[in-house]
Amino acid sequence: MAIIEVIDVKKVYNPDEIPVEALRGVNLQIEPGEFTAIVGPSGSGKSTLLNIIGGLDSPTRGKILIGGRDISEMKESQLIDFRLNNIGFVFQSYNLIPVLTAIENVAFIMELQNVSKKERNQRAMELLEEVGIAEQYNRRPSQLSGGQQQRVAVARALASRPKFILADEPTANLDSVSTSNLLDMMAEMNEKEKATFIFSTHDQRVIDKAKRIITLEDGIIVSDVVKSNLTHVSE
Amino acid sequence: MYSKLAWRNIWRNKRRTLITLASISFAVFFAAIMQSMQFGSYGRMIDNAVRFYTGFIQVHHSGYWDEKSLDKSMPERKEMIDSLRRIQSVQEVVPRLESFALASYQDKTKGTMVVGIDPEAENNLTRIKDKLIDGNFLTNEKEAVLLSEGLAEYLKIGIGDTLVMLGQGYHGASAVGKFPVEGILKFPIPDLNNQSVYMPLKTSQWFYAAEGRLTAIAFVLNNADEVEGVMQEVTAKLNLDEYEVMDWRSMMPELIQQIELDYVSGKIILYILYAIIGFGMFGTFLMMTSERSYEFGIMVAIGMRRFKMQLTILLEMILLGLSGVIVGIILSLPIIIWFHYNPILMTGDYAKAFENFGIEPIVPFSMDPSLFLNQGIVVLIMSLILGIYPVYYIQRFIVTKALRK
Ligand SMILES: Nc1ncnc2c1ncn2[C@@H]1O[C@H](COP(=O)(O)OP(=O)(O)O)[C@@H](O)[C@H]1O
Ligand SMILES: [Mg+2]
Repeated sequence: MAIIEVIDVKKVYNPDEIPVEALRGVNLQIEPGEFTAIVGPSGSGKSTLLNIIGGLDSPTRGKILIGGRDISEMKESQLIDFRLNNIGFVFQSYNLIPVLTAIENVAFIMELQNVSKKERNQRAMELLEEVGIAEQYNRRPSQLSGGQQQRVAVARALASRPKFILADEPTANLDSVSTSNLLDMMAEMNEKEKATFIFSTHDQRVIDKAKRIITLEDGIIVSDVVKSNLTHVSE
Repeated sequence: MYSKLAWRNIWRNKRRTLITLASISFAVFFAAIMQSMQFGSYGRMIDNAVRFYTGFIQVHHSGYWDEKSLDKSMPERKEMIDSLRRIQSVQEVVPRLESFALASYQDKTKGTMVVGIDPEAENNLTRIKDKLIDGNFLTNEKEAVLLSEGLAEYLKIGIGDTLVMLGQGYHGASAVGKFPVEGILKFPIPDLNNQSVYMPLKTSQWFYAAEGRLTAIAFVLNNADEVEGVMQEVTAKLNLDEYEVMDWRSMMPELIQQIELDYVSGKIILYILYAIIGFGMFGTFLMMTSERSYEFGIMVAIGMRRFKMQLTILLEMILLGLSGVIVGIILSLPIIIWFHYNPILMTGDYAKAFENFGIEPIVPFSMDPSLFLNQGIVVLIMSLILGIYPVYYIQRFIVTKALRK
């Protein structure tokens, strides 16, 4: 069963002034274990779509079902708890809480989940090892490079054991080496941890690593390709 | 978690935090010292005026306090005095007969205030024995007088010399007498020091032809808390058509007024000071909020409830405020302690005000803990009020907007 179902979602910004139709009827299903890129030019609606899937914004029309539950029906506080326990987030940059160290940032989200101190510290350290920055565990974000910060962000997203991770242009501020390292690491997590990733990008090298590529243009899905067998899901 | 986050957030901008802390500390420092001085001086005024002058409570013939005339004196009734003395927490009942007279020695004459006292009882109330600088204290048996130092100097009279007194007695009788000087008293207050004559109660009753009469009965109590209860009991025992029962507040309305005025003007200064500091704190809180809007967005996005963030930021403000309070108190303590044990000697107008109420113009600073508690509470309340803005901000901000910057 799909973990994400986007059903006929429309999003209009500023409906009262100059309306902007950011999404114009999007239908989409994501299965567990996917490693999917949302691609498209700037302004095509990638961020809007990810925000709506992540429950950060609500659709003007249509429905989002996550694990069969309609999140557009939820109250804000319910939605916050739902995000905490079901969705991991990686943003473009400055993901981390600046006053917390790498390991504290990862442990923080588990603290919000009331995981015991011992368990969260242990898991945080394991995750930092997996994303390859165990050595820098005690550094603050300002003492980490952009690539390292994004790794910590991925570790944090994984820490809460979410159903899937949304990453809106996670490599936009990284150089090419860091970009490919981060993507390799995410792919590894996808394999090893069976973590589901949905990330947006317009970087060709990132697109190349995705297993499924959904292309948006002007708020509409114009193509949806699953790479392993190269079948078109829709046009 | 919250306290760790809060503490570290405070130190994100060290310079700004230090400036804010310094301003809060300064306000607290200033406020604590000022209030310590104020309360110290009130305590001094009340202590002096009450404990060593009027007593906490007095009984007079009704109307005496307004006229201060011998014609409004009352009979000295032993049963009444005994029954008053038996009231719980009354330590001593002190009878007095007070009036005016002219005092002469050789070619000098001066108007004086004559107080007839029961020497031992009076000493329990006013510690008058401590004021004796020469000669002997009075006894009930000896018809003699004590003069205040200033008066003795003016009259150029010494111990063993005979003072001639002339006045008006009870119901217009003439009062004439000659009394040997037994001792000299030194009062720190010029009014008292320049015109006081003390004599045994019996002697004054004879002098004023007011046999068996008193103008006042004063009460010695342990402390001010007992005033109300004793007042009630005294009132219950007396016929109020004949007697008036007054507590120190009603006997010295000017003193109370003076204290209240001073207190209010001090309060106003403090309010202004705190308002200025409040603006500074608000600026800091405003920046602490606005510069973190992106971070707030991230935190709500990943699943932190808004109230937890509100809690964190309130904690930051309280921590900042209370740190300022603690630093301010620590800085003010040495000064307050010093002036508690080494009271300031007042000069100028302020000293005059003291002397007008018959009080020695020195101010020992108060070390009442409530003084410091007050500053803590004020800053705490200010932090919470100013914290309304960040709390409101966190409640209302829109996650996607916060993340888009
Ligand atoms: N909060 C907003 N208010 C108004 N218009 C917006 C808002 N967010 C995005 N848009 C507009 O919606 C369209 C899609 O934006 P976005 O989802 O950010 O695209 P992408 O992430 O693909 O660049 C753009 O035209 C953008 O200007
Ligand atoms: Mg975008």
